[in-house]
Amino acid sequence: MTAIPKEEYLLKCTSACAGCSSSLCLRYITKAAGPDTVLVVPACCTSVIQGMYPNTAMDIPVYNIAFAAAAACASGLSNAFRALRRETNVIVYAGDGGTVDIGIQALSGAFERGTDFLYICYDNEAYGNTGMQRSGATPLGARTTTTPGGKPTTKKDLDRIVEAHDPPYMATACSAYPLDLFKKVKKALSIRGPKFIHILAPCPPGWRYSAEKTIEMGKLAVKTGTWVLYEREYGNLTINGPSKAAIRKPAPLEDYIKGQGRFKGVTPAMLEQMRQQMQANITRLVREEEGIC
Amino acid sequence: MLTIATGNKAVAAAVKAAKPGVIAAYPITPQTEIVEQIAEYVTAGALASEYIPVESEHSAMAACIGASAAGVRTFTATSSHGLLYMHEMVHWAAGARLPIVMANVNRALGPGWNVWAEHTDAFSQRDTGWLQVFVSTVQEAYDATLMAFRIAEHENVLLPVMVNLDGFTLSHITQSLEAFDPGDFIPPVRIPHAIDVENPCVYGPLTGPADYFRFRWDIERSMRDSVGVIADVEREFAERFGRSYGPTEDYRCEDAEVVVVAMGTLGKEAEVAVDLLRQEGVAAGSMRLRWFRPFPKLDLAGRDVVVIDRDYSFGFGGVVAHSIRSTTGAEPYSVIAGLGGQEVTHEDIAGFVKTRQSGKEFWFGVNDRV
Amino acid sequence: MYEIRIHSRGGQGGVTAARLLALAAFRDGKHATACPFYGAERRGAPVVSFVRIDDQPIRVYSQIQKPDLVIVLDTSIMDVVDVFQGLREDGAVLLNSSHDLDGSDLTAYHVDLTGIALALDLVVAGSPILNTPVLGALAKLGIVSLPSVKEAISETFADERNVQAAEKAYQEMTV
Repeated sequence: MTAIPKEEYLLKCTSACAGCSSSLCLRYITKAAGPDTVLVVPACCTSVIQGMYPNTAMDIPVYNIAFAAAAACASGLSNAFRALRRETNVIVYAGDGGTVDIGIQALSGAFERGTDFLYICYDNEAYGNTGMQRSGATPLGARTTTTPGGKPTTKKDLDRIVEAHDPPYMATACSAYPLDLFKKVKKALSIRGPKFIHILAPCPPGWRYSAEKTIEMGKLAVKTGTWVLYEREYGNLTINGPSKAAIRKPAPLEDYIKGQGRFKGVTPAMLEQMRQQMQANITRLVREEEGIC
Repeated sequence: MLTIATGNKAVAAAVKAAKPGVIAAYPITPQTEIVEQIAEYVTAGALASEYIPVESEHSAMAACIGASAAGVRTFTATSSHGLLYMHEMVHWAAGARLPIVMANVNRALGPGWNVWAEHTDAFSQRDTGWLQVFVSTVQEAYDATLMAFRIAEHENVLLPVMVNLDGFTLSHITQSLEAFDPGDFIPPVRIPHAIDVENPCVYGPLTGPADYFRFRWDIERSMRDSVGVIADVEREFAERFGRSYGPTEDYRCEDAEVVVVAMGTLGKEAEVAVDLLRQEGVAAGSMRLRWFRPFPKLDLAGRDVVVIDRDYSFGFGGVVAHSIRSTTGAEPYSVIAGLGGQEVTHEDIAGFVKTRQSGKEFWFGVNDRV
Repeated sequence: MYEIRIHSRGGQGGVTAARLLALAAFRDGKHATACPFYGAERRGAPVVSFVRIDDQPIRVYSQIQKPDLVIVLDTSIMDVVDVFQGLREDGAVLLNSSHDLDGSDLTAYHVDLTGIALALDLVVAGSPILNTPVLGALAKLGIVSLPSVKEAISETFADERNVQAAEKAYQEMTV
């Protein structure tokens, strides 16, 4: 078993909501990265979670930056550290809105330029910081404050966009599998160039489930096949253990959907569409892993 | 080295002399030659900077912010729509107290598409907390860019500086240039609040009204301190390199009954107008306004003032005319001229002086001549 | 102050000729500015560039209204542009041509810059290079010195034929 360092870089004084899975992720990410790390945070839940000036819950340098600017700011940091001959890790920790929507241009630019950094998107499938408005990452049928009747379009496939940039390392992760995340961050930081990790981060107030079910919700996402854990290293895809099992014997999609208030009002037709999309995604990934693509 | 160069190449040469750690820039007419020249310096090994070819101006400034926060000297260049596109980060750079230097090649704003000189782009960034200087010759573009690093990085300033040069009229004109090694005039950069992993800090977190207010006051206090820093740096520059600069460049003002205030290349053209007027017996002088932020205190008491604005604040008036009115009490004859690269000759400027009407506004080429 | 307006077509080197002339004047110890007028540039479209030379620093940025000398690098432009516009009464015209200006009282000089470039095989992208030979002609007119012209050209171009072209134009043009 990989030893998780005892040192804490996210201290026990955050202003996160009860059951916040993204702060759990941040705890493991910073443990994996260690103290020679700068975290770049655009506007997102983490802007709030880290605490209010002059206090902070973070024990590594954090550079807060404007919503659209995280990847570009990280480029500047990364190149400056290179100019200074320093090996400091530069990690962007951004929400889905700051990644798939307003920040995607900067993200694309930084990946195309080959910036040496790790971009982590923690995806709670809406603008959580401002009270759950829809983002491009909100799934079909989900109710948000700006899609009160459920989102009529599907979730933007961020991973295929990032994949198109052919980064040396990209992975998915889920807050319910912190050890898997820890290992992926470690591996990502051992590779030069632009790296990407996309974390599904269930959100109790946003998804409308009770706080103590936050791990269960992440596990259900993986076990139903809604969220597939994999990593792609220099183009070679590996589907990770929990998802391998889920693909062989998936839990019913309804188990994931019915536990979340945001999916209230999803019609059988929508559920069928979700199932087909999920299956298409799994098929694509399995074929890629088998080398049939 | 004595040579000839365009305004753009002079800026690039000054950047090479200042040796930034990181340069991040996106090309735009008429600034393009600056980034091309810098890319060439870096490729040829003449400049050991990290050059980040960003995908937008917003990212250019964001990258400069990241790099400067890491503690290295940074530079970018833009123009017009590029400056407006990075506007959010222009505010951020000043708020984060980062001594970034940016060349802005002044250009009009669309629509319609217009690539020629106008100052509205720079003035749209007036309240961001950036220092702004306007230059009028190729040599001054070089000298001011070098000095910008010294001023921005001064411990009592730590604010970004924008060096403005007129699109095409100055960016593309060829004049003589003395490029030189500034030596210890440009010492290694030291940013006291640079990121230090040994002493981890959070930058720009949620901040309540009381602290936020204090940070804003700190910006203004540094802006006020910058007046003295600018004067010191310009004095040292004059002593070491022989060219003196100030908040304004005054020409035949001592006994002038009427003073023309203009910026950039129009400020130089105004000097020629003054000579014309003097030949005709009009006691004219000119004041070329160099520093726009911090805005200098001008001594215009007892004289008529003609202000040429290459800009306009719609629903209000010429930005420079109103700035002068509010800071000096003068009632200038406000001439709006040169927008979108409109041709304005020294004869035209002499005409403005001869037909001046204090307190009135005149749109050159639009209003009938009085 | 001596003011020159250069008429050419985009891609013929009028802008570079202006810069070279400014450099040569600068090497003569004079002040000089060279400024292209940029419009919507297309290859082959008529373009103008301006050069000012003076003993004093030059503070004028506006376009030249009354040139002392008009240079026409491509005489076909004369069909579409009034190249003589604003020319001073004591001004002159320099044409890239093998023959003189017909039926005019203007002081005109001519030299076959195209022929000189072709003879030396100074051709880039199918176009003969005119910006270096024209400097020789300007030296012959006494606007700049021949040594400064040669210096300016060698500072700018590695190919020695450029200097030869300027020398050839200097020799061929009759004043």
